[in-house]
Order: sequence, then C-alpha cells, then structure tokens
Amino acid sequence: MSVYKAKPNIHHDSARLHVTGEAQYVDDLASTEGTLHLAFGLSKTASGKIKTINLGQVKQSEGVIKVILASDLPAANDVSPSPFWEPLLAVDMVEYVGQPIFIVVADTNLNARKAARKAKIEIEEHKPLLTIDEALAEETFFEEPLTYKNGDPDSAIKSSPRKVSGEIEIGGQEHFYLEGQVAIAIPQENGGMLIYSSTQHPSEIQHKVADALGVPMNFVRVEVRRMGGGFGGKESQANALACSCAIAARMTGKPCRFRYDRDDDFLITGKRHDFRIKYQVGFDPRGKINGIIIEQYVRCGWSLDLSFPVSDRAMLHSDNTYFLPASKITSYRLKTNTQSATAFRGFGGPQGMLGIERVIDHIAHDLKKDPLEVRKVNFYAPPHAVSHQKTHYGMEVEDCIINEIVDELAMTSDYHQRRREIREWNEKNHLLKRGIALSPVKFGISFTLTHLNQAGSLVHVYQDGSIHLNHGGTEMGQGLMIKIAQVAANTFGQSVDAVRISPADTEKVPNTSATAASSGTDINGMATKIACDKIVRRLIDFLGQRHQSKPEEVLFEHGEFKVKNETYSFREVIKDAYMNRVALSATGFYKTPKLHWDRKIGKGRPFFYFAYGAAVSEVIIDVLTGENRLLRADIIHDVGNSLNPAIDLGQIEGGFVQGYGWLTTEELYWDDKGFLRTHAPSTYKIPACRDRPVDMRVKLWEKGWNREETIFNSKAVGEPPLMLGISVFLAISDAIASMTGIYPALDAPATPECILKTLTQNYQVPFDFQSGRN
Amino acid sequence: MSKINFFINNEPVTAEDPAGTTTLLEWIREKTSLKGTKEGCNEGDCGACTVIIESLEDNQLVHSAVNSCILFLHQLHNKSVRTIEGVSGPEGQLHPVQEAMIKFNGNQCGFCTPGIVMSLVSAHTNDNGDLDTILAGNLCRCTGYDPIINAGKDSLQKPKPAWLRDVETKLPHQLSTNTDKPRYIPDSIEAFSDWYEKNPEATLVAGGTDVGLWVTKELKTLPSPCFISDIPELKKIKISGNTMTVGAATTLTKFDHVISKYYPSLSELINRFGSVQIRNAATVGGNIANGSPIGDLPPALIALSANLILRKKSSCRKIPLEEFFMDYGVQNRKSGEFVEGIEIPLQYEWLRCYKLSKRRDQDISAVCGCFLMELNCQTIENVRIAFGGMAAIPKRATKTEAFLCGKFLSQDTILEAMTLLEEDFKPISDMRASSDYRIQSAKNLLLKYFFERNRTYGFASIDHYLVS
Repeated sequence: MSVYKAKPNIHHDSARLHVTGEAQYVDDLASTEGTLHLAFGLSKTASGKIKTINLGQVKQSEGVIKVILASDLPAANDVSPSPFWEPLLAVDMVEYVGQPIFIVVADTNLNARKAARKAKIEIEEHKPLLTIDEALAEETFFEEPLTYKNGDPDSAIKSSPRKVSGEIEIGGQEHFYLEGQVAIAIPQENGGMLIYSSTQHPSEIQHKVADALGVPMNFVRVEVRRMGGGFGGKESQANALACSCAIAARMTGKPCRFRYDRDDDFLITGKRHDFRIKYQVGFDPRGKINGIIIEQYVRCGWSLDLSFPVSDRAMLHSDNTYFLPASKITSYRLKTNTQSATAFRGFGGPQGMLGIERVIDHIAHDLKKDPLEVRKVNFYAPPHAVSHQKTHYGMEVEDCIINEIVDELAMTSDYHQRRREIREWNEKNHLLKRGIALSPVKFGISFTLTHLNQAGSLVHVYQDGSIHLNHGGTEMGQGLMIKIAQVAANTFGQSVDAVRISPADTEKVPNTSATAASSGTDINGMATKIACDKIVRRLIDFLGQRHQSKPEEVLFEHGEFKVKNETYSFREVIKDAYMNRVALSATGFYKTPKLHWDRKIGKGRPFFYFAYGAAVSEVIIDVLTGENRLLRADIIHDVGNSLNPAIDLGQIEGGFVQGYGWLTTEELYWDDKGFLRTHAPSTYKIPACRDRPVDMRVKLWEKGWNREETIFNSKAVGEPPLMLGISVFLAISDAIASMTGIYPALDAPATPECILKTLTQNYQVPFDFQSGRN
Repeated sequence: MSKINFFINNEPVTAEDPAGTTTLLEWIREKTSLKGTKEGCNEGDCGACTVIIESLEDNQLVHSAVNSCILFLHQLHNKSVRTIEGVSGPEGQLHPVQEAMIKFNGNQCGFCTPGIVMSLVSAHTNDNGDLDTILAGNLCRCTGYDPIINAGKDSLQKPKPAWLRDVETKLPHQLSTNTDKPRYIPDSIEAFSDWYEKNPEATLVAGGTDVGLWVTKELKTLPSPCFISDIPELKKIKISGNTMTVGAATTLTKFDHVISKYYPSLSELINRFGSVQIRNAATVGGNIANGSPIGDLPPALIALSANLILRKKSSCRKIPLEEFFMDYGVQNRKSGEFVEGIEIPLQYEWLRCYKLSKRRDQDISAVCGCFLMELNCQTIENVRIAFGGMAAIPKRATKTEAFLCGKFLSQDTILEAMTLLEEDFKPISDMRASSDYRIQSAKNLLLKYFFERNRTYGFASIDHYLVS
C-alpha cells in the first residue's frame, strides 16, 4: 500500500454552498402544500404529579389541527437512547421544567407555538431535587456507585510524605449548535415514513420512529445531509422531534415539520453533565503521585439518557496523561429534576481530565514547583520505554508521545521564559495579573460500548467512472464527508471531485452507530476503504483474466492499471468491466479490533489507541472585577498522519475555543424552582469573536503517525482538542495564585464573579486598597 | 391590508403585513425561496440571520448589517434588503469575502456562515477593518473564529465587485421614487404626536431590537404598532454651545459617531453593548424609553446630567434623565407622551463608564458603573455616579455622592465612600450575577475610577492587552 500523504488545501466539500447560502439544512427543504407544524407544551414545574390537563384553549387556538397527549400515542412512548425508559410525553409525573407534556399540530410554526402556551395544567408540586447535594441527600442514584480500583491507594496515600485534598465544581455546557433541533416526517405509501432529521444518529431515529409507530424498522427511512453543528447534542436529543413528526404525520396523513425555538431548545434538551470532583492524593517530594482517591458526583438530570457511558468515560480519563500507581475512582450517578444531561464533545472525558489536572496543579502549588515539572514526572512512559505502564483500568499505554509533544511545545511557546517574565510582571502590577499554564491531553478513542465500534459503507462506480459514496457517518461541520471522499478518491487514484458525496441514508447503509466518540473518520473511512478495495480487486482480477496474467502481475497505481506493458486509465477499465459484467458496487464493513472491556469492574482495553495534544495558554485578569482575557495560546496536537490538515486544524482551533468557553464564560443558571434562566444566547454566553486568543499558534504534531492500523494511520480529532481548553482555566488559576497565599481552588466556569470571589476569599498578601471590603 | 414596498437583492417586492408584526426573517424564509438566511436564535444575539439594509441617509447610500429576525417588515419602507443570495455576481462569481472564507476554511458546519459573510460584506463595502467589532454579533460554534478573521482581512485587500458597485449608482434612484407609505408609518413629528395623543395604547417601534422579542419570544400581538424610526425630526442631532441634542430615533451607531470625540469612554461602552447589527437598528430613545434597569446608556447619560425631552402633541417638557425612571417598569411619562430626544452636556472631561459582564462583547451588563468627578485642586466639586444592574432602575449613588462632594480626593476618601455604596444599593441575585458580586464589584469600580484618574498602580485597562 502506498503511504497516504495529505494534499494541502482540500476544503470542506460544502464550502461553496456554505458561503453562498445554498447549502440546505432540514428547515431549508421546501415545504409541500399542507405541511403541518409542531410545538411541544412544556412543563413549568420541576417535579410533581399531573392532576388535570385542560387543553380547551389550545384546541381552539388559531390554526390548530390536533393536540396529542401521551394517552393518544399509537405505540411506544419512549425516546431513550439506552435500555431505560424515557417518555416522549410526560405520563402522570413531570420531572423537569421544560419536559414535553403534549404536542400541538397546527398550520404554521407560530400558531403551534402560540397554542402550546395556552394549556391549563394543574400539577401537585413536589420539592424538586436540583443540585448534587439535594440528590445526594435523597440518594437518587441511577445505579450503585461504580468503583474502579487498582493497587492500594489508601496506604499509598498514608505512607506518602506529602498529601493534599480538595474538590472542584465543574459546570455543565449547552451545545449551542447554531442550527437548532429540527425534523420533518413525510408519510409514504403502504405505511412507510420518510424522515429528514438533524441528527448524528440516523439509525437510532429510524429505530425510535419505528417503535413510536409500532412498525418494523424497514418501514422507516431516515436521511441526513448535514447538521448545523452537533457536538453530541444531536446524538439522542433529536429523537423527540422525529418521533413527534412521525406520529403526527401518521395521525393526520400530512407531512409534519418541527423545529425548536432556541429558548425551547435550551429548556428541553440535555447539556454537558456537571460534576463535583473530590480528591485526596499522596505524592513524593518531586510531586510524583503515589496514590489517589477520586470521587466523581455526576448530575445526570431527570432521565438516564447516555449518563452511564458519559460517567464511565469520566472515570476512564481520571488519569489523563499520568500514571496512577494506586487509585480508587468512584462515580455517583445522580438523578435530578433538571434537563437530562447528555453527550457533549468529550463525553465525560473533559470533566475527568479537569479533575486530575486540578490535582496536579494543587500538588505543584503545595510543593512550590512549576506545575509543568510535576506533570512531567507523572507522565506515562513513552513508546520506546523498556516496559509500558498500565492505566488504572489495566490497559497498557503503548503509544504515549506526550513527553515529546510537551517538550517541543514548552520550547516553541517559550513557556519557561514567559513564566519567569509573567512572575516578574506580576510583582510590579497590582491591578492586573497574568497567568500561564500548560496542560496535556490524552484521549481514548473508541466507543466504550464495544459493539458500537462498527461501520458500513456503500460505494458505486458508474460506467462513466464517476463514483458515488455513501457511509454511515453524518456531517455536522467536522469535514467527515470530505475526508471519506478523500479515502475513496485515494483508493481509486482519482481526484476528489470524481467522488459524489451523498446524504447519510438508512436505506443505503444500515445499523450505523452515532457519528460520535470521534470515531467518524476512523470507522467509516476504513469501511469505505474496504468497499473501494473490493472493487479495485475485481478490476484487477478482470484485467488479469483478460491479459492472461496473475492478479499480482496487474499493477494499480495513481489511478492507472499496468499489465504486460499496457497502461489503462481507471475510466477505461471501468467501462470495459461494465461491458464484461463485472460488479461495480460494493459494501464495506469494518469493526475496530483489539477491544475488550468490562465496565462494571473497570478492566480491559476499551480504547483502540489514544490521541494526544498539549496547549499553553496565557491570560490576564483584573483583580478588581474578575474580568479576564485570553492573550495567547500555543497548541501542538497529534492527529497521526493527517488526512486533511486544513480540516484537522479547524477541529483543533474550534475545539479549543469551545473547551475554554465551557470553563470561562458559559454558565448555566437554574433558579430555585428548577427553571433554567440562561436559556438563550442573550443570557448564555459562548465565546464571541474577540474572545479568541489575540495570538494563537496551532500546529499539527509533525511526527504524527498512528501505530495502530487506522485509516492511513491517522488519528481521530473530533473531541480531543476540546480538552486543550483546560489550559486556559489553569492559567486563570495561576494568575489568581499570584495574589493568594493558599491554593485558589477555582471552580468552573471561571466567570468574572467566580474569579473575584476566589480572589477575595483567599487574599493573604498585603495589598492595602482592598481594606474597604467586607 | 398594510402593504410594504421595498427591494430585495435589487428587485422590487411588495409584502403584506396587516398586523405589523411580521419580521423580515419570517417573511424571507416562509414567503420566498431565499433559504440562505438562517434562524439561529430569533432574538438578535447570534447573527445567523444577518442581512444588509441599503437605505438613503442625506442622499447617501448607507449599508447597514442588521438582524432580520427582529426587524419588522414595516421598518423596510423605502429601503432595500441584501441577503446572502444577493452577494454573488450575476454569473455566480463569488464576492471576495466568499472566496476568502473558502480559502481560509472559515466554514465548518456552515450554518452561521451566511450571516458571517453578510457582516464581512458590510465591512468590505464600508471599508471597515475593525473585524472583531464587526463580528461581535455573529456567533460561530465550530471554528474558533481565527480562520474567519483571516478571511475577513484577506477580503479587505480586494476591490469591491463590479456588480455591487452597480447598485451604488442605481439603487438611490429606485429608493427615492417609492413614496407609497404604508399605514403605521407617520410622515412627520406633528402627524405622529397628534396621532399618538389619540392612540396612547400604541406600541412605538423605533429600532425594534427590544419590541422584536415581545413578538418572537413572548408571541405577543402588538396593539396598533407605530413605526417611528424614519421621522426626520426624531433623527436630528444638534450641537449648540456645550449641549448636544440627540433625537430619540438616532441609532446607536450614529450616536457613537457623534459622541465619541467628546466622551471616548462612553463610545467604548456603546461598542460593548449589543452588536453592530443591533446598534445599526437600536435607538438612543429606545434604550431609555423602555425603562430597562440594565440598559447601558441611562447610567452614562445620568452621570453626564443629561436632560430628557418629552413631548405630547406640540408641548415639550424637559426633566433630568434620572427622574424618568421611577420604579421597575414605571416611567415618568404621561399618556400620549413620548421621548423626543435627549440633551447632553459636552463640557466634562472625566466621565468613565465601566461595564461588567460574563463576556466582553454583546452581553448584558451585570453591573454598569458610570462615574464623573470634577475637581478643584483635588477637592471634589461635582460628582455623579450612576449604576445599571444595581437596582430596579438605572440609579444614582446619592449617598455616596453626597459623602464625596467637597472632600479631598484620596484613596482613603474613596475607600470610605465604597462602603456607602452598600447603603445606596441592594442589588438582586440573578443569572447574570449574585448580589454579593454586584455590590463588591460596584465598590471596586469606584476604586478603579480613582486609580484610573490618578494613574495609581500603573493603571491600565485589561483590554489594553488585547491589542496584538
């Protein structure tokens, strides 16, 4: 196999459509005459028993065709992505503010929304459990606390010369995909249903819609051309809209269309899980960890959704890049009366990782060392080490290149010099303080639910040599389609323009997994390569027969076949093969090798490999107000042998910004009734243009090469860069620490308020102007 | 039937909007095949729906990016709308902004992209290189913005495309020929004031950036809306002696242009509230008349001892701005009376406006503190301190002011005054900030004013370090 070398400047396949506004999203599809529009009637109560529902005014409202309650549903009332029930419409009980209780079907979107607000619902209110503390007090666990243990952490901590303990609160995060949730259902002949959905998981939409209609899956077809952003928020959260549309379409016989208004989207759908992480750690004078005990309290919300695998992944990333010789990680999965927390880029990994980064930072502060030194003494052994170390869940770390990446980054970012300068600068400046931090990332690649690590692809070559490509992955902006098209083009030796990308479609590739867990390119790329290779193999066999040569005497390179001194173009051979009745269509199927994992005991190899990266961030804070700005960020990230550097860089930069947004400006605020007050961009603040670092230097790891056999030895890039944003949070903590004697123990998100609070609580240095404070 | 005639991508169109509450975005997406303009939030915060409005101001063609989601059709009378579909050339040639967005990979999911292109096209058309400000109202969740900024910078090197230059010559003529005014749009201040006196329950819409949300979020129908943003008398700006009189319908963008040389700090504040799109629509009068406790202009204008001019029919009265705000949602405005303008003294030197919010740009203030002190040899002769976000209304710190007045300005004086702010204000806790933070930071802002004024501790604003 020739080594794949990425060609520069292959842009996103839809770039031209994006910039001209021609790219079609679900809501841009033309409405057929008579299309109906849906809206949910939502619970205003966080917890309670439904006593009466009076829909009189809803039904009389202008344009209303139909109102659907749980009792009206034709079949399953369940939108759960897991084996646990999650009702589409509330039955008897309401469990969070924003829970759908009924569906309004009306002639226009506006009429449906207006009508939905006119219900009179009487609810016997119960005291809601909103916080981790409230849920802990009532012990509302979704399952028994899960513990992963290796070695004897208690005695390791006890016998350590030094120890620290502490805790950190980590807020959730709203996805804020720019395109809100949306679906369309169009009834087909003989009971069929066609669904257009903005979803990362067409097969699950198919599955849930079939259940909702009480039909087999082969009655339902789901098509997804593209999403306007997903980030995990459309892995399971799109189910409710597609099911509602299908049900209403079945009942009315009309096409039905449903998009959430942005405020409803915030109120109804799940977000990143918020965590509280407690830790106790024992270490030696160099900062090397001897033993650690971590407790993770996970606020899962009202239903289970994907909280188990999310919480598992948080446990699995409690080590990040650090060898933990003795550890105990316990995870508490708490049910609360809030939106059901769901998948979000990193899927628990970021929270687990922030936990251990906080620990390292705390150790360094205790030892008065540069945190980078402490990080380095704890890094896993490199690939060339005599023996590989095992993670706390027993997986051998064979590919740890973090040492090399961090050394290079420290050098290229001038980390040590800048750190010294910042310390000197802080001595002289009293109103503003700067901070710097380097944080590493090691992220495990594969679905931890092993069976999901499979993918299919369907490749047709038409008789004119043009190529049609379909696979199970969905496009949400990450450039999956162009990367897979490059795989097909490369395998056939054709230009990427010869490959026609088509929407994900459950009728073409069945039983797909969600485009999630950063797996899109890895698994669909491999499946596509397998399909293309099958066709190439047939063409070689065909040419071999024709020239009375052995297949191995037929050479296929750069789109040309060479046999017995004759050269044929791909097109020529295709045309000939068609005339000679050679099959020019193939499916490819791939399953990730080497995986075995027992989530209950926490042992095995849940990941095929790890992706690595590191970032250095520098910030400045105003000590009077807590305002802060990100001044510079340097990043080196490992994507293996990059399939498309432009696309990969985009993922890295965007992931980084989204990651520090999570830890700085993005604050979710529920009032004491459980109403999410930050339910729109007016109140929930994702990074805006000026929040990006003034000076941003992002590089791919030039030596990147996946030692495992992935598609052209590339590495997954979707989620890992998000965690580079942790460096910003640690840099803010560093800036605060320059003023406080004790460890600042900053919580996330580090809003100006949170920063000022942490500062004023911990002031110990003499600095007279603050004497006026309480 | 109320008909509005306007242009969309150079073509004349007529829209019917009997209730006067149809937004441009709703109309574009539901009544036309132009699907490139997206709905992201429907409240003017994400910019996915950005379009450019081309209108005549003093016979000059002006290009303004606005949020179409909270722009009513009636605001388009005598104007032209350019959407993403009207940016490329007649043969499909890409605009330099579009080319650069592709070249620099400024697109990922693509949903924010049309809005971003529109904002960058407006920057390109207006030769405005301040791209961070231009794009403050366009959220992108995928790229991290760097490639978009690079694309914007690149495009600014390229000339304006011929097909858009064409518009510059043709459109003014087309716009000036349209005289058919729909109802709801008064012709003159006299006609309006007479009508409003008889219809005091009417909803007055100037920029619509607040009223728009009553429609898109609260799903209200407006009782007899009246669109006043083009009444010439309400847009006048007059300077006589040391006083500037600003008509209520002056947009924040325009106001910024005229006030920045007198009060750069106020200009900085204006540039941090809303976004370009919002400031191109929102008006000075609207920011005051809506009575919000968190509008950013009132504390600044109160600190400047501005006077509000209220008008009913033909009679006007003038009150100090702070007297307009009586209680939450209650203003000193009689039935049939409206805000005609504001009088701003121009002679002060040391106005400083500080805004605290979770995000620097396009966020609503948790606290907005505005300070003005006049000294005579370090003795405080005049002091005005006003806050937004600290009470149910924009409010002066009267006790603190009283304490400071006549004192020798020193750090000790300020430290003592800070404690008095606790008597002046009992702020609430909400999603923007807790009561504790509000009071603590309000005190610290007073200190900050002192430090800035005295250059203590080598004072510098945090944003100073954002300059690359």
